[in-house]
Amino acid sequence: MHIVVCIKQVPGTTKVQINPETNTLIREGVEAIINPFDENALEAALVLKETGGAKVTVLCMGPPQAETALRESMARGADDIVLLCDRAFAGSDTWATSYALAQGIRTLGAVDLVFCGKQAIDGDTAQVGPGVAEFLGWPVITYVRKLEVKDGKALIERTFEDGYEKIEAPLPCVLTTVKEMNVPRMASLKGRMRAKKAEIKVLTAEAVKADPKEIGLKGSPTRVVKIFTPPKKSSGVRIDGTEPSVAAREIVSRLKEQKVI
Amino acid sequence: MAEMDYGLTEQQQEIRSIMREFAEERVKPVRAELDEKDIFPRELLNELGKMDLMGLYIPEEYGGFGAESMLDFVIAIEELSRVCIGVSVSYAANALGADPIIIGGSDEQKKKYLAPLAKGEKLAAFALTEPNAGSDAGGIQTTAVKKGDKYVLNGTKQWITNGGEADTYSVMAMTDRSKGARGASFFILEKGMPGFTFGKKENKMGIRASATRELIFEDCEVPAANLIGREGMGFIIAMKTFDVSRPGIAAQGVGLAQGALDEVINYARQRVQFGKPIIANQGYQWTLADLATKTEAARALLYSVCRTADKSTKDISKYSAMIKLFATDVAMDVTTWAVQLLGGYGYMKEYPVEKMMRDAKILQIYEGTNQVQRDVIGAALIKEYASKK
Repeated sequence: MHIVVCIKQVPGTTKVQINPETNTLIREGVEAIINPFDENALEAALVLKETGGAKVTVLCMGPPQAETALRESMARGADDIVLLCDRAFAGSDTWATSYALAQGIRTLGAVDLVFCGKQAIDGDTAQVGPGVAEFLGWPVITYVRKLEVKDGKALIERTFEDGYEKIEAPLPCVLTTVKEMNVPRMASLKGRMRAKKAEIKVLTAEAVKADPKEIGLKGSPTRVVKIFTPPKKSSGVRIDGTEPSVAAREIVSRLKEQKVI
Repeated sequence: MAEMDYGLTEQQQEIRSIMREFAEERVKPVRAELDEKDIFPRELLNELGKMDLMGLYIPEEYGGFGAESMLDFVIAIEELSRVCIGVSVSYAANALGADPIIIGGSDEQKKKYLAPLAKGEKLAAFALTEPNAGSDAGGIQTTAVKKGDKYVLNGTKQWITNGGEADTYSVMAMTDRSKGARGASFFILEKGMPGFTFGKKENKMGIRASATRELIFEDCEVPAANLIGREGMGFIIAMKTFDVSRPGIAAQGVGLAQGALDEVINYARQRVQFGKPIIANQGYQWTLADLATKTEAARALLYSVCRTADKSTKDISKYSAMIKLFATDVAMDVTTWAVQLLGGYGYMKEYPVEKMMRDAKILQIYEGTNQVQRDVIGAALIKEYASKK
């Protein structure tokens, strides 16, 4: 089985600052990490490798600095690391990124399964996983919390806020993973030493036969009108450590006070 | 600012980096709970096995990482100790348990017992101390009597780190009492052998995540093939084990001192009194300067001792005693100051320094009290100067 994991390198903080003049993220001085949901995607692939045997290729679109994220994936157990890197990709929105990744996946030979994290913690769009599936023409199952691959099929639990679905999907398909799926492992010493010396395969736009009209700013239909930090909501009040009946009375009286009821 | 250049290899830098990540991400969030509830960190040790960090000191041919320098393992212990020495002693005690096998074991013994330790699938412990024999290792009373192709062990071991949790035990017993220290031998025991049980688990002041228990042997039959080396080699194996294990305790001291220093400085930069951060006070800075200097000096001596031991462990006793003594005294000093410098907060469990101070105390006591270390150094000095004439 050949598994491809798509990862993104993101700023290592949840307090992303936005430059109000350019409407872009301020990346300077912030440590770059693997997008945390993509770590779950990688872990899911590594578990399949351990249990059933698989080759795991990690694919990342980004600037040359994204190499560190790829090397870290290899230190954890990925077999191959591939960087999709070209100036022509710069400014790609989720549409163009999905297209480029799908084109990249097509060059990697036969692929049975593609994993993406459910979304990236910087953009938070959750669009790229489904986008990749669309461009590949494969089924996509988002928010996967549990997976078993059996007889060429993926048996999946897909999570929601209030429950989960059990789904069966044919291979190949694209899965996006949630945090509850697993605890990502840490790199091993042998893995780190191997990853240090590993050669990273770099794919240009030309190498993946990307249509120049579909990538970069030109290929990106999204127009960002405005980016802003939403005003902070005050956190709610918890009424703890008391009998439910007492707590209920307390809540009712407070709601009355606020003239909500 | 540049760090001190200790000429570390790429591998040593990588060991430092992954152990630091592990300590920060996996150990720091749970250390207070492990301490509070006496939880043995089995899962953390399993994970260290998967990260290749359990077998750093085990030769490659026996499934380990086969690090070329003692420094590799020492750096791993130092980084883990920066966050929690309750966890780091459980980690390092595996090496202590395995060392008699590495030092005196046969090829078959090494093949059988070292590989599972290297992967973290099994844990090891070292059992010498008894109610009446600690510093005076020659005074042990556990006996091993040969009966056909077996030895029969009787006696009690006390304060055994990883006791009850470990699967493989290196146990010292007297095979010939009339010879005193020269009548001691080491045996490899496995958890579950008939006649081998565990006594009470100790309730300790610090390093509470670690398991410290009694081992009880009642007519416990051990195959003669589990004797390490020959009869009577026990004391020599123990001394050689201590020569290589004492730098590990020193590494705990250096790591703990650094961890406490990090906490104090972070606190002092933020805590404002009389309109300025308290670190702006000269009195505070001078104290920090002393503590940071001692910590760095301990680290420098530790790394030098490791490099000396890499060349030959012969006659290393004086230096391994010196660094055990110095680094653990520094750890006690720094952690005690850390509590003082955090004031009331330092005394509270919301901050980690009170635990660090409780943990530090054991470093001056176990693996040979710091008074015994001074004995070792003193005896070496006398010998050294006598031979100069």
